[in-house]
Formats: sequence, structure tokens, C-alpha cells
Amino acid sequence: MTANSKISRRNFIRISSISSAALTLGFYKAASGSVVSVINPASETARNVELNAWISIDPLGKVTIINHRSEMGQGAFQSIPQIIAEELEVDLNDVNIVFAQGSQTLYGSQITGGSSTIRGSYKKLLHLSATAREMLISAAAKKWNAPSSECYAENGNVIHRGSGRKANYGSLVEEAVRLQPPTDVKLKDPKDYKIIRKPMPRQDTPLKTNGTATFGLDKRLPGMLYAVVERNPRFLGKVKSFDDSGTKAVPGVKHVIKVQMNVFSHKREGVAVVADSLWSAMQGRKKLKVEWDDSGFEHHSTDQLYARMREDVKSGKLHSFKTKGDVDRILSSSGNVLEAVYETPYEAHACMEPLNCIADFKDGKCVIWGPIQGPDWVQAEVAPMIGLKPEDVTVNMTFLGGGFGRKAFLDYPHEAALISKEIKAPVQVVWTREDDMTQGPFRPGMLYQCKGALSEHGSIAAFETRIAGQNMGHQNPGADRNSYNDSATEGLPETYLNSFPNYRFGDVPLESPVPVMWWRSVYSSTNAFAFESFLDEMAVAAKKDPIDFRKQHFWDGRYHAVLDKLMEVSNWKQRKANEGYGVALTECFASIVGEVVKVSRKSDGKVQIDKVWAVMDCGWYVNPDVIRAQVEGSIVMAYGASNFHATEFKDGKAVQQNFNTYVMPRINDIPEIDVHIIDNEEKAGGVGEPSLPPFAPALTNAIFDLTGKRIRKLPFALKEA
Amino acid sequence: MASFNLKINNKSYTVEADPAMPLLWAIRDLVGLTGTKYGCGIAQCGACTVHLNGVPVRSCSLPVSNVANKEITTIEGLSTDNSHPVQQAWIQEQVPQCGYCQSGQIMAATALLKKNPNPNDKDIDTAMQGHICRCGTYPRIRKAIKTASSIMNSKASVK
Repeated sequence: MTANSKISRRNFIRISSISSAALTLGFYKAASGSVVSVINPASETARNVELNAWISIDPLGKVTIINHRSEMGQGAFQSIPQIIAEELEVDLNDVNIVFAQGSQTLYGSQITGGSSTIRGSYKKLLHLSATAREMLISAAAKKWNAPSSECYAENGNVIHRGSGRKANYGSLVEEAVRLQPPTDVKLKDPKDYKIIRKPMPRQDTPLKTNGTATFGLDKRLPGMLYAVVERNPRFLGKVKSFDDSGTKAVPGVKHVIKVQMNVFSHKREGVAVVADSLWSAMQGRKKLKVEWDDSGFEHHSTDQLYARMREDVKSGKLHSFKTKGDVDRILSSSGNVLEAVYETPYEAHACMEPLNCIADFKDGKCVIWGPIQGPDWVQAEVAPMIGLKPEDVTVNMTFLGGGFGRKAFLDYPHEAALISKEIKAPVQVVWTREDDMTQGPFRPGMLYQCKGALSEHGSIAAFETRIAGQNMGHQNPGADRNSYNDSATEGLPETYLNSFPNYRFGDVPLESPVPVMWWRSVYSSTNAFAFESFLDEMAVAAKKDPIDFRKQHFWDGRYHAVLDKLMEVSNWKQRKANEGYGVALTECFASIVGEVVKVSRKSDGKVQIDKVWAVMDCGWYVNPDVIRAQVEGSIVMAYGASNFHATEFKDGKAVQQNFNTYVMPRINDIPEIDVHIIDNEEKAGGVGEPSLPPFAPALTNAIFDLTGKRIRKLPFALKEA
Repeated sequence: MASFNLKINNKSYTVEADPAMPLLWAIRDLVGLTGTKYGCGIAQCGACTVHLNGVPVRSCSLPVSNVANKEITTIEGLSTDNSHPVQQAWIQEQVPQCGYCQSGQIMAATALLKKNPNPNDKDIDTAMQGHICRCGTYPRIRKAIKTASSIMNSKASVK
């Protein structure tokens, strides 16, 4: 095929889909949930909606599925179309997948966080796709003058059972558009699924093996300039003055301007160097001399922060939020009280793709391109920050080179928009690795004081946890700083609490200039270490097997099923004398995950991890291979945070700036990981995050099993264990 | 600024650049091949790996003035249609998650297999431990290298 014929064909498709009717289905508003709206693209109201709905079938039968969530590695790019293709009865390979632009009105929440993509939208997507299929079947039946019941859909066609007549979806679109969408479509029985529940290869994989996937950093706009920004390393400091004489002498440098961007209730200040190439901007930044005003706030070190947290759990004002019975009486009267303090570190997200964002502010409108987890948030929240209405801000998602929560924050699109507005040109703002790693927001460092009492039967009679650390919610403008941190028990299965007769959870929020934010699995990532370590300590004190002890406190069969499966696959009961086994079970974003870690001593006496088993119960699920990948990846990331890296602060600044000091696990560090998925028809739970929390406590519990030594502070070096 | 002749993927490019500019930025911003990624800028993560005369190097730490007229291969030079056995193995084993580090991982694996068509786990560790994957695709990278090895060996035996 010559280049010319390629172009003319593409134009033909584009023109025909504009000039003819297309069957386009979507929800006008996610809030009104079940309302499915058919939109005739020829009508005035549909003009803006057409491109933004979920499914569009043009008269050539080309199916376009709009993916409203971002793809940061977790597989939404695959899972959303996989759901739609199942009920729509089309081949996944014949479907064109397009990223949606940011719009709450059209898609409801687009924030890709809380492992919410599938569990938040699968029912709607199944329903919508089945509705489209039924309309196409009705259109064919009408055309053939046959009852709908004699027709079925398969592989992008409607087929008449008796005569074998066949019509491609494209040929039925014009008729289908005129039909009222049925309201009572029947969804498939999961046992009849042909696409869902199958390990379908991801559609984005080929783009990621030949360099063609466009990440934020790869996006280019005509006439685009590049910027890097020298930001205050102490989070709250101001720019007192700057000398840009050296910077402006660097060839290619066009502008040097002061910028401020919103970071929760504060402004982060910096000086942007804008040039015609990224390299020139970086060279210009090296010559920049900035004087900071760092007065008026504390310049913490990590030691100071943790010393304060240790003091807080003893004597600080506790915001209790989950209480039952009389914890104090049991703890003071029981002769069998256990107490332990656990510490977890601050962490950087360290996405492999450092933060970056393109903004083109022109004629009262702003177009944004970038690796963005919440395009609808950027549209709604950044618009007023730059003096625009949301509808004048267009937000386009690229592929994300990792997200983990960091790319849901609005600071970097805000900064890019401000710079573009001021220099009146499209600009890509690039954060260097050092910028990305030192500016936060970070995962908050936490400290937990756990106390527990056992009954005479060896079950938990009282459980108390006093939690110190920053409350993310307290950073927001106007936040009530006397409110408790209701995320401070995330990860601990709620159902445990049914069997604890007395408990109290509470937190003492830490005030600090360090900005903190969601980091894969959020507070579960740190809470689980405390709760699941302490339960293990209680099990040992009760002289019970750690799995049996947990089962004794669960009144729900799902938890038992996960633990039983773990026991079976890990040979839990058949351990040898020189092996240590540890278990942990957590519930995060509506999924239950149990993990067992097996450790042993190498010939040199050092502890090594031999194997990790994970059992995931995420209820209704889409793609088992994507789930396995997420579990493997979560375990590797958890291993990094438990044994390799942490962000420390000294004199108010982050110490670790790049991968030479923020040390990551490497291929040679990774043990075998064996993943099992529970099959059931429970409501869909999250997949991208829930397998991270159990790893660290399962590991330290295994080390205790082998060595008799409790590890209560992360990170720790495995070779020192 | 000076003029340099770069031989990338069997094509010649003349670029005007500061001699100190790392090859990474010349490839991405002057030549326009964006498959090679920036990850750390200090040769710690491997995302920027390309081949220089067949040897994997960190393009973020190699001045453009040092590489003129040498054979450079980037991810785009392996194949654009994913026909290279390492790319095929990466697809078969469904390695990438976010995918950002994978160009570098694939370039390192390709160089390894060229030198050693049957790498064992230790060989894989040695060749690949300079490469960070934050998504944690390491178990699949190991598997894919072994798969690529068998694809290459079966192709070789057909010849």
C-alpha cells in the first residue's frame, strides 16, 4: 500500500463517520447511573458528546471504545475494553481504544485511584454494552422482518438463527440509532464469558515493546518550549530574589520567571527556566542563583519527626474514632497484655517517568497533555486556579510511566498552565529525577503503638492502636484539624472487629511542612505492617498457629477461604526446621489478599527469601493475567519499601534525590512469586493496590519464625536480620 | 554548538548540539526518536539504554561528542513491527505494565542474548541488574529472556 492510499482511506473513514449516523452510547451523567442515552450525532446536542461517549460504532462497523481511566501500568487500557467487548459481542482486536478527555459530566469520576476502575464501573459498562448489542439485534430483526428472539450477535455481526443471514454492525447502525434503548437487557451468566476472565494479552503491550507508546514526556506540540523549574527544597519557603544573568546567557533560554503552584493549603515557589530545548533549559537552570526565604516554619529532620511521634502516642491528644467496650479496664486488669511500637518510613513514589506536563494557554482556553491520573480533576480544579472555566480547559491523558497516586495531584499541571499563560506559548514542564524525588508529596511516615490483651481461651480480649503521623486530609484548605484520620485502620479487615470484644483506634496527627499524599494502597501500605505484625505477636503469645489464630477471629467465609488456600499452596503445615514461614492478610479497596513468605538461612548465615505465595480474592474480575501482574508488581514494590528505600529529611529537605541513594530492588533481589486468584461472584474489588500491604508483615513474621527476632521498624536490611 | 554525524538505526543524522549534551537528549529531542527514555540522568536506572557498536550503554551519561560516527541502535532499530525475538518474547510473557522502562530492559536483554544465546539465571541477574522497573515486572523479564532465547535458538536451528 502506498502512503497516499493510506491517507485517503483514513480521510474517508473520518469523513464518513462525521457525515453519517453513528451509534454512540454513553451515560450523560454517571450520577444518574442507569440512564443510557442514545445520541444521534447529526443532532445539535450530540455534537460535543459524540466523541466523548463510551462506545461508538460507525457505518463501516468500526468500534471505538473510549477509555475514561488512565493507564499507568495497572491494565485499565485492557480491562475496560475487555468488559465492553464481552457484552457487545465484538472481537477485542477489532476495537479501537481511545483515551477520554477529562470530563466529569460525561464519565463521572475519572480519578484512577483507590483501585476503583473496574469495581466502580463494571456494572454500568456491562449494561451499556449489552444495551448496544440488543439495539443492533433489534435493528437487524426489523430489517429482516424477523423476531428479535431468532437473532443473536457474534463477533461484530447479527446473525439470524434460522436462515443464517448475517449483518455487520456497521450496516445496522443507521437503523439502530432510531430505536429506543431497551431498559431490561439481560447480562450474561459469568460461566458463559468468552472474553472476561480470560488472560487476554494487553492491547498496549505491542506499543510498549517497540517504543511507540506515547508517554507524557514523548508528547510534542508545534512550537512547544521546554521548562525546568528550580523549586524551594524546603516545601514552604519563598523566593526572596533570583539572579538570572548567567541563565539568560545560555543559548536557547527564552524566559526566566517566578512561579507558584498550589500544594494543598500552601504555595510552592520556584523559578522556571524556559528554553527552546530541554537541554538548554537544564543548562540555564544550573546558572540560576536563587535566594530563598525559609523563615517561619520548621526545618525538620527525620529523627525529630519520629521522636515527636513517639511522644505523641504516649501523651498526645488522641482522636479516637473506632471504639467498642472498655479497652482501658481490660488492659489494666489483664495479666496478659502485649505492647509493641511499629514504625514505617516516608517514601517517594519514584515513578519511572518523572513528572511532566504540557500546557498550551491561548485565547482564553488551555489545552493540557500529560501523564495524569485524574483528568476530570485537573479540568475542574486547575481551571479556577488559572482563571478559566472548566469547559475552557481540555485535558488529554497520555500513557503514564507509573502513577502510584502521585500523578493524581494537581501541582504539575497547574504549574505548566501558569508558565504557558505567562510566556504565551505551549510549554512542556519537565521535572528531573531529583525534582520528582525531593518535592513530594510523599507517603507519610507513621508510628503505631499497639496494645492487646488475650482472654483465658487465647483469643483477643482487647485491642488498642494509637497512631501518630500526618493526616493527609488535614492539609486541605479549611480542613478541621481536630478531625480523626478515618483511614488509619485501612487494611485491617473490618470483620475482625466483630470478634474483638473491646477495641479502640485513634490517631494523633503530626504537624509538619512535608507534603504527604496517597502512595500505592495509601494508609494500608503502612497500617498493615503494624496490625498484621501485632496479630502475629498475639498469636505467638496465645501459643497458636498464626493462620489458625487469624481464622479464629474471622466470622466470614471469604477470609477463611483465602487463608485455607494459602495454607494449601504454601505447604504451611509441612515446614522444615530450618525454614521460617510468615503470614499476613489484609483488606484494601474491597479485596482480600493473604500472603505467605518463606525464608531460610543461606550458607553464610544470612536470611534469604525463598518464595512468596499470594492469594487474591477480588470478587468478580476481568483478566487473571493482569491480576497476577499486579500482585507480582505490588509485592516487588512492597519489598522495596520494606527493605531497600526510604525518604529521610535533614534540615527540612529530602535527603534521597536519585536512585543512587533511593535504592530500588533489582531483578537479582526478587524471589519466586506464586499468585492464586479466588473464583467467586462477590462484588468486584480493587486489583492494582491490595496485594501491597500484606508483604512486609508476612516477611517480618517469617523472619521471627526463623530467628525469634521481631522487626518493628521499616525499612530493614535483610542481611542484618 | 557543533555539528555531529550520528548513525542511528542504520540512518545518518546531522545534529547541531552542545558537545556536552548527552546522547539521550540528542536522540529524543534532536533526532526525534522518543522510545529511549529519561529515568535518572545518572546511569542508575537503565531506562535510556541504547547499543553503541552493539554494546549496551547509558545514553543519559554519554556526551554526544563521544559517539559521532559510531553505530547506535535504539529500541526503534530492533524492529518497528515487533518482529525481533526479544520483542516477541516480551509480548508472549506480557512483561510491560506501565512500560516506561521496557525499552531499556529490551535493549539490555537483546545485548545479553547476542553475547550469550543461553543465559542462566545468574547471567540474567548480571546483565539486567542495572535496570530498575518500578512496576516490578522482574519475574516476567526473567521468563521473557528465556523465551526469547528459545525463539532465537529454534530460528537458528531452522536455518
